Amino acid sequence: MEAAIETVGLRKVYPAPKMPGRRPRGAPAPAGVQALNGLDLRVERGEFFGMLGPNGAGKTTTIGILTTRVRATSGEARVDGVEVSAQPVEVRRRIGVVPQQPNPDRALNVRENLLFHASYFGIARPVATTRADELMERLGFADKAEAKIDALSGGQQQRLMIARALIHEPRVVFLDEPTVGLDPAARLGLWGILRELHAQGRTIVMTTHYMEEADQLCDRIAIIDQGALLALDTPAGLRAQAPGGTLVELALDGDAEPLVAAATAVAGVERAEARGTLLRVFGPRGGESIPALIAVAEGAGRAVKDIQLARPSLETLFISLTGRKLE
Amino acid sequence: MSTAALAAPAADDLGPRVSAARVFGALLRRDVRVARKELPAFLVRTTLQPIMFTIVFGYLLPKMGFLSRAYTAALLPGVLAVSLAMAAVQAVALPMVVDFAATKEIEDRLLAPVSTRLVAVEKIVSGILQGLVSALFVLPVARLIMGPIPGLTLSHFGEVFAVAMLGAAAFSAMGLLLGTAVGPQHIGLMFSMIVAPMIFFGCTYYPWRGLDAVPVVKYLVLINPLVYVSEGMRASLTPGVPHMPLYVVVAMLLMLTAVFGGLGLRAFDRRAIG
Repeated sequence: MEAAIETVGLRKVYPAPKMPGRRPRGAPAPAGVQALNGLDLRVERGEFFGMLGPNGAGKTTTIGILTTRVRATSGEARVDGVEVSAQPVEVRRRIGVVPQQPNPDRALNVRENLLFHASYFGIARPVATTRADELMERLGFADKAEAKIDALSGGQQQRLMIARALIHEPRVVFLDEPTVGLDPAARLGLWGILRELHAQGRTIVMTTHYMEEADQLCDRIAIIDQGALLALDTPAGLRAQAPGGTLVELALDGDAEPLVAAATAVAGVERAEARGTLLRVFGPRGGESIPALIAVAEGAGRAVKDIQLARPSLETLFISLTGRKLE
Repeated sequence: MSTAALAAPAADDLGPRVSAARVFGALLRRDVRVARKELPAFLVRTTLQPIMFTIVFGYLLPKMGFLSRAYTAALLPGVLAVSLAMAAVQAVALPMVVDFAATKEIEDRLLAPVSTRLVAVEKIVSGILQGLVSALFVLPVARLIMGPIPGLTLSHFGEVFAVAMLGAAAFSAMGLLLGTAVGPQHIGLMFSMIVAPMIFFGCTYYPWRGLDAVPVVKYLVLINPLVYVSEGMRASLTPGVPHMPLYVVVAMLLMLTAVFGGLGLRAFDRRAIG
C-alpha cells in the first residue's frame, strides 16, 4: 500500500543571512544554513506519527516541505503518493495544516475564517456551514462563532486552526508543535481531539519537543536532530533502545572530561560521557553507583554540586543520541 | 456531540477537483468582504489627501483669485489619478508587507489548492477594484467642491474606464512588487521616498505639456508611472486641456503593468515559498 508520506534523501539549505556591507572581492560566498540533511521518512496511512527533536532540528522545515510551503533543496517528498514539488496543488487538496503560531485571518470573524477557508477548497456553502458549526461545537468555541479573532484566547485560536485544518476533510493532517503555549488543561483537551481524529483513520503528523506528548499519542516516533533521522520506532521500541538502565547525571564544579575514564571503570557503569561540567553515566544498577562516582569526582579534586537520576525513557534515549536535552 | 465533522476519510474522499476559477472567485470574495468591512477607513486613507488638495487648489485659491477657474480642468483628472493609483498600490502592498513579515495570515490562502501565482494575480485584481472604488468616490466629491469644471465631459466614458482600469492595474501590480520586496521597517521610508515624490512629480497638479517651460523636469518625470494615469485621465475627461496622446498612455500603462506584474509575481513566489 502506498505510504501517506514518503521522503527520500530530503535536504534543505537556507541561504545564508545577508551580511551588512560588501563582501570583499574573492571572498567565498557565506555557506547556507543546513536545515535538513538527507532525511528519509515513511509514514503509513492512518498512522499517528510524531517528530521529536529540539528547536532547530529540522521538524518545521520538514513540515514546510511536505505542506508545499518550503522548497526542498534536493531529495524527494511525496504526500498520499503525490510528489510535492511537481504537483503542489494536488498535495494541497489532501492536507490540513495546523501551524506553529496561530495565523487566523484577522480581517474576518471566527465563522468566516472557517467558511472562507472551505470556499478556497470549493466546498459548497451549506456543507461548509454545517461542518463549521459542528467543528466549532466539538472544539468548544461555538459561542465565539461571530467573535473577532482578537477576542479569542491563545488556546481558542489554536483550536480554530485545528477546525480550519479539518473543514475540507483532508487525508493527512499536519500539526507543528500544536500544544506549545497551551495551559495543561487545554493541552489535555487537544490530546483528546487528536486521539479522536486518529481513531477515525486520518493520518496525523505532529512535531513536538515534549517527550511525554509523543509518548502518549504517537504510533511511531522519529527522533530528529540537526536535520537527520536519529531513531524511528514505536514509543515502546524506542524505550527499549534507551541505553541500559538509569541515567545518573552529576553536576560538577569544573570540567567533567578528565573523570570519564575513571567513571567508566566503576562497577555497574556501562557508559560515561562528559558535557561541560556535567558527567553523565548510564548503567543498569540505578543509583547504586552514586557513592563510587562521588568518590571518583572527589578523587579528581571536583566537588559534586547536584545529582539527578532518570529512569530509561525517551528522554534518556534522546540524551544519549543527541547529547542534548529536549527542553 | 456529532462526529460527522471529524468523520473518517473514506477511500474516495477527495471529491471532484475544484477549478482554479472557482478558487479565484472565493479568494476575490474574501477580499471584497474585507474591503467592505474596512471601506470607511480605506476611503479616508486613500482619498483624504486628494480631497484636501482639491479644497485648497480647486476651491480656495481660485476663490481668492490666485488661480483661474480653468485650472480645475487640469486638476480634477490629476486628483482622480492620485486617488486611483494610491488606493490600488496601498490595497495590495500594505496588507502584504504585514502578512509576510509578521502575521502570516495569508498562509491559509497559500494552502488553497491553486497555484501560488494565482493567489498573487487575485491580489492584483482586488487592488484594481479598490482603485476604481476610490476614484469613483472622489469624482463626485471633487466636482462638488470645485463647482462647474470647464470642459469636463463624460462622453468618452469608455476611454475613461480603460485608463482607470489600466492605471489601477499598473499600480496594483506595483503594490505587489513593493509589498513583497519591502520589509515592514521600510514602509515609512517607501512612502516618503517613492510614493510622495511620485505624487508631486506625477503631473497630477499640472498637465505634462505645462512642463514645456522646464524641459529637464519634463523629460525626467517620464519615468514616473503616475504621469501616464494623470495624462490619460486628462485625455479622456477634460480633452480641452493639453495632454499626451491616449495611445502613448495606453501603451505605457500596459508596459508598466507587464513589468511590475512580472517582477511582482516572481517576488511573491519567492516570498510565499521558502
